[in-house]
Amino acid sequence: MNEIEEYKGIEKIETPGRRHGDEIRHRPYENTGIEKRVRYDQRGGIAGIEKIETGIEGFDMISEGGLPKGRTTLIAGTSGSAKTVFAVQFLSEGIIQKDEPGVFVTFEEPPEDIRKNVISLGWDVAKWEQEGKWVFVDASPVVGEDHVIAGEYDLGALLARIEYAVKKIGARRISMDSLGSVFARFSEAGLVRNELFKIAAAVKQIGVTAIITAERTQEYGDIARFGIEEFVADNVIILRNVLEAEKRRRTMEILKFRGTSHQKGEFPFTVVRNIGIVAIPLSGIELKQHSSTVRISSGNAELDKMCGGGFFRDSIILVSGATGCGKTMLSTGFAAEAAKNEQKALLLAFEESRKQLFRNATGWGIDFEKMEDDGILKVVCRYPEAEGLEDHLIIIKRVITEFKPHRVVVDSLSALERVSTIKGFREFVIALTSFIKHQEVAGLFTSTTGDLMGGSSVTEAHISTITDTIILLRYVEMFGEMRRGITALKMRGSMHDKDIREFNIDGEGMHIGKSFSNVTGILSGHPVFSAPEEVDRVRNLFKEA
Amino acid sequence: MDKFKLRLYITGKTPKSERAIANLKEICEKELKGLYELQIIDVLESPQLAEDEKILATPTLIKDLPPPLKRIIGDLSNSDKVLLGLDLSPVLDNNQGKEDGR
Repeated sequence: MNEIEEYKGIEKIETPGRRHGDEIRHRPYENTGIEKRVRYDQRGGIAGIEKIETGIEGFDMISEGGLPKGRTTLIAGTSGSAKTVFAVQFLSEGIIQKDEPGVFVTFEEPPEDIRKNVISLGWDVAKWEQEGKWVFVDASPVVGEDHVIAGEYDLGALLARIEYAVKKIGARRISMDSLGSVFARFSEAGLVRNELFKIAAAVKQIGVTAIITAERTQEYGDIARFGIEEFVADNVIILRNVLEAEKRRRTMEILKFRGTSHQKGEFPFTVVRNIGIVAIPLSGIELKQHSSTVRISSGNAELDKMCGGGFFRDSIILVSGATGCGKTMLSTGFAAEAAKNEQKALLLAFEESRKQLFRNATGWGIDFEKMEDDGILKVVCRYPEAEGLEDHLIIIKRVITEFKPHRVVVDSLSALERVSTIKGFREFVIALTSFIKHQEVAGLFTSTTGDLMGGSSVTEAHISTITDTIILLRYVEMFGEMRRGITALKMRGSMHDKDIREFNIDGEGMHIGKSFSNVTGILSGHPVFSAPEEVDRVRNLFKEA
Repeated sequence: MDKFKLRLYITGKTPKSERAIANLKEICEKELKGLYELQIIDVLESPQLAEDEKILATPTLIKDLPPPLKRIIGDLSNSDKVLLGLDLSPVLDNNQGKEDGR
């Protein structure tokens, strides 16, 4: 923080002719050999702290550009909070994406274990070691060997080894994992802390960007054990693995980045096979999607008419209704409609199996099998319980990115509700809808209401403000018979039919008929019939007024 | 008595390093005269050797022979601890003579 002030004097003397991006070196302390580099911005002033992109998906958005360059960041977390994965991934992404070599200092696990453990995340450390892009500094405990302390000592050898490793491969990144075990091995905590402070200072001096991991004993409490945060307090990131309603939920929080900005609060993340950590930046999502005026058909001409000519091309449509009232049929028709225009549709099913879906579609004269063979349809069926919500989100995103559909159907969104907490579900819905909107595709989500008649669901409560269109399907009990009603509750940016219409389902699909003009209370689940004269009387009453 | 093979790792010519060398030489001359072989390794000059032996702290004394392998960390100013580490019975002051080995 103070650096900007520190350089003011020098800047005044040397400013003329300096351009953006120029870098000058000077020696602020005489006869020390310590060199400081100053970068200048467009105005010839001193540029703020630069960041380097870590390459960890989502993290660079949360951190607004990555980790502060040339500085040390503390990653603190309880046991099992993916600290080591973060440390390894920081180096891996550096090598994969930027060809920046890295040094991994391991205090806990032997290198052999780390090599093996990260294979499943898609990182071939052994190969990078051969290519001279990755070097281990093995500071893990030697098995079966104890030591005797006989007098004063320091950790000079460790520092010398780190410096040697950095020089050997020209490292730009360092990960140190994890500091707690150093304290366990040397009883003099004060001395160890002092030595680690020296190492952190030396690393800063070399100009590499470093992360240090440290243990915490509880999810909400002290930053780290042994007062480690005191010497790397410039930047602190906390990884959490909280048990909430019998489910583990991982989050990361940037507690502080000294002298530079970042997003605040906890962000969910998950560890994915072959990828590693993927963070889900919620507040980082901007409302900047385009909105199209192009209409697309819902697959049902009558429904299109109710919506004033069809859904908008890049809108989110929520179809809500009780079980068996036609949601899956509506979404099947919506997906099949894409094929007619030679567009691609993605169907994500969380309630029914492929076989059931295909059979149902055949019943309505739609051949899903052929459509899949033609490459215009992709059906993905998963059990909601198969993964956590964060993992579902990552998988859905990946499928959408790869398949590039024009329409996405999620049947049903509310099935996913039961695998998460309410908070987690809300975050999932927001992240998914904003992702779909950014892809500029039409998304149709179904939501099952708990009550057979009327009612609403948690899904609707969370999603209704994000959606552009809401279609309600409701059962209407009439003279000992269950009939079905449909209404367009909301149609953003367009006129629409406000009536509640009756519809039937037969072998060809959905047929929308007349409105229930003499019934009130359908949406609340308590239909009441009025005589036609009464309805007319009420209408006229309002006309006069 | 078996011959002792010792390696002392130091980081630069610091006072701590000098003290460790002096203390070690004194102990060896007293206890192991003619029976030891000592190698001093400066980690700053040969960091790879420190890497191979996974040396963290300096000064570190490694006793290769006779087995078992032992590591003694520090400037070796506590000679009782050093003797303990070398599996030699500590010599107590004056007339008390030698204590039995552990």
